[in-house]
Amino acid sequence: MRKKVIASLLTATAVVGMLAGCGGSSDSGSDTAASGEEGKVINIYSWNDEFRTRLEAIYPEVESTSDDGTVTTLKDGTEIHWIINPNQDGVYQQKLDEALLNQADAAADDKIDIFLSETDYVYKYTDADADVAMPLEDLGIDPDTDLADQYEFTKTTASDQNGVQRGSTWQCCPGLLVYRRDIAKDVFGTDDPATVGEKVKDWDTLAATAEELKAKGYYTFASYADTFRLYGNSIDEPWVESGETVININQNIMDWVDDSKEWLDAGYFDKTVKGQWNDDWNKSMSSSSKVFAFLLPAWGIDFTLSPNWDGEDGAWAVTNPPQEYNWGGSYIHACTGTDNPEHVKDIILSLTADKDNLIKISKDYLDFTNTVSGMQEAAKDPEFASEFLGGQNPYEYFAPVAENIQIAPLSAYDQGCVELIQNSFSDYFQGNVDYDKAKSNFETAIIERYPDITEVAWPE
Amino acid sequence: MKKKSKSVSYAKWGYVFIIPFFLCYFIFSLIPLVDTVRYSFFEYYRSGIKEIGPNFIGMENYVSLLQSDMLDYTGNTIILWVIGFIPQIVIALLLANWFTDIRMKIRGKQFFKVVIYLPNLIMASAFAMLFFALFSTNGPINSILTSADLIEKPIDFMGTVFGTRSLIGLMNFLMWFGNTTIMLMAAIMGISPDVFEACELDGCTGIKRFFYITLPLIRPILAYTLITSIIGGLQMFDVPQILTNGQGNPDRTSMTLIMFLNSHLKSKNYGMAGALSVYLFIVSGILCFFVYRMTNGNEEEAAKKAARKAAKKQAKKGGVR
Repeated sequence: MRKKVIASLLTATAVVGMLAGCGGSSDSGSDTAASGEEGKVINIYSWNDEFRTRLEAIYPEVESTSDDGTVTTLKDGTEIHWIINPNQDGVYQQKLDEALLNQADAAADDKIDIFLSETDYVYKYTDADADVAMPLEDLGIDPDTDLADQYEFTKTTASDQNGVQRGSTWQCCPGLLVYRRDIAKDVFGTDDPATVGEKVKDWDTLAATAEELKAKGYYTFASYADTFRLYGNSIDEPWVESGETVININQNIMDWVDDSKEWLDAGYFDKTVKGQWNDDWNKSMSSSSKVFAFLLPAWGIDFTLSPNWDGEDGAWAVTNPPQEYNWGGSYIHACTGTDNPEHVKDIILSLTADKDNLIKISKDYLDFTNTVSGMQEAAKDPEFASEFLGGQNPYEYFAPVAENIQIAPLSAYDQGCVELIQNSFSDYFQGNVDYDKAKSNFETAIIERYPDITEVAWPE
Repeated sequence: MKKKSKSVSYAKWGYVFIIPFFLCYFIFSLIPLVDTVRYSFFEYYRSGIKEIGPNFIGMENYVSLLQSDMLDYTGNTIILWVIGFIPQIVIALLLANWFTDIRMKIRGKQFFKVVIYLPNLIMASAFAMLFFALFSTNGPINSILTSADLIEKPIDFMGTVFGTRSLIGLMNFLMWFGNTTIMLMAAIMGISPDVFEACELDGCTGIKRFFYITLPLIRPILAYTLITSIIGGLQMFDVPQILTNGQGNPDRTSMTLIMFLNSHLKSKNYGMAGALSVYLFIVSGILCFFVYRMTNGNEEEAAKKAARKAAKKQAKKGGVR
């Protein structure tokens, strides 16, 4: 009998223990703090600590951050909880999507208050139908007055199809042409940015310059992917028109394909470098490489070029690109259903609309920040000279590019389109498939990624 | 009366003790499995952050899969599996035979057993990343070959169909031949030494002994190896996924069935992915049956057991994860 009891107890514990794992997370508070009472916890979703470091550096209300970087306490006792998921393989978006779908049922302190997005997929979240990012006006921010000093195109990017702005950014990512001074001296006899700038001022001039470089055994750019953003971010129609299910391939994209093939066959690109963000691409930024230039925005110089360069500082310089373009940018959104609207408003204003704060970010982190007047001043201020660029002040070149950017109209399908068109035509560039096969490979891949796409329309 | 109830209660406790397993299986395997099959008849995916479906659409997922390139990917999967499996089984048989041969007196047997098994301990994805770095156009293999003047220009291994497929085959071979060797060794050591002694007395050569004694006697284990390897091969994913960055480059010739499944799951397309899983389930079922019949000799029972075990494994893994 006793054995029986023990045995049944043991079994019961085993079963209960097993089931306990399944049941835990069902307590859902439902009180939305609509009463103006602020919550005690601000949840921020992001993919790295970039935003946190900026916030710690300039947001005046910050008291301290825990050692592991997961909790930041503000002076009024409110805690910011950082929920960081890496961007790789879409992990960040997966986690964010899950949380957004549960937003309505989550307890007040578990609700997302702020989340970040990148230009490639910002539209997925600013979409008016999805309504997950709050219009700034609902927070009490008037984009026309409060954000008047921001670059116009960053405001367009963060707006939904009806022109309502649903996000704001501290950074602005105009791209430049970054070149090796020693190669410029060898080929052109000078490394003066103005002279080199003349030689790369548009695509035709650049092609002639590429021929000069080739004669001396240099490549103009590392890979065909390097030029993609210049063509791809200046399309005049979105990839998918709002409410439709047809992908419109812009003529610009096909120009990129044709030009890239021509340039690759002509030997202006390094054939061994296939695309970006791989080992070969990183190595092409080292001193042993024969690559003359890269097309990069401010963050690209700081995060990519500088760590991969193994020579002395001062070997690189910047000049105007053949075409103005923008590449990247992180947007701050207030999440619909937040229980801390006042704090969120304060954070957004402090980080994206306060000129002094933005200048400080530029100084400390070399970000090109979202203040037109501030950047114009920086362009003339010798204090902003960069040692990596041999004492050149890059803002002198960034600022005019930023003012001339024509941002491409966005759609919710941009990220997949940009990624897959480069992948599909990569095979074509390397001669593995013919032009039509590359097209049909893109069609296959894009429909796999977005099941609601019904057709791909190629330009005539 | 008392005695009777006691014996009944023993049997009852037996069932009680296996309840946890069945509960686990029911909650974590069977329900998802049934759901996978159910959703394969639905249109159910996510567009941006909007959920579409589930709407019942009958067999539409199955039809559109057949119209897609699924059969090409099946072909790719089989080719990639064969490239890896043939050297694997040949080398494994050879090594197993040598290691178990009493006359050969190989030194350090234990050491080599560990060494050949080691590649299996590395995560497949880490292994693929290692190969990706080693064989990239500016990687160490190319620099060694160029500096030794064996080649003039770096070879673009991953840019050709042959190169990519061979690399995947090589990796699968390296990762699994140790495992197979050890399994086959166990099988050979299970054969009674009397048989070997008898054949040696009759003047049998090593080669004859291998083909007429060893091979027929380890057939059930060979069948088991073949079936598990086929099923593993059908599920080939991490190595080509990492090596080709999920694209199955060049020209989708290294795209395996599970990579195809995975690209549907990027858009959370449970319907399409479910239908693909059901196809996979059917294919592995047929393959199992075929191999089982082919190798079905005297040791029927053992092969049956192996097939059943393998099918169960497949059922567990086949669901949408």
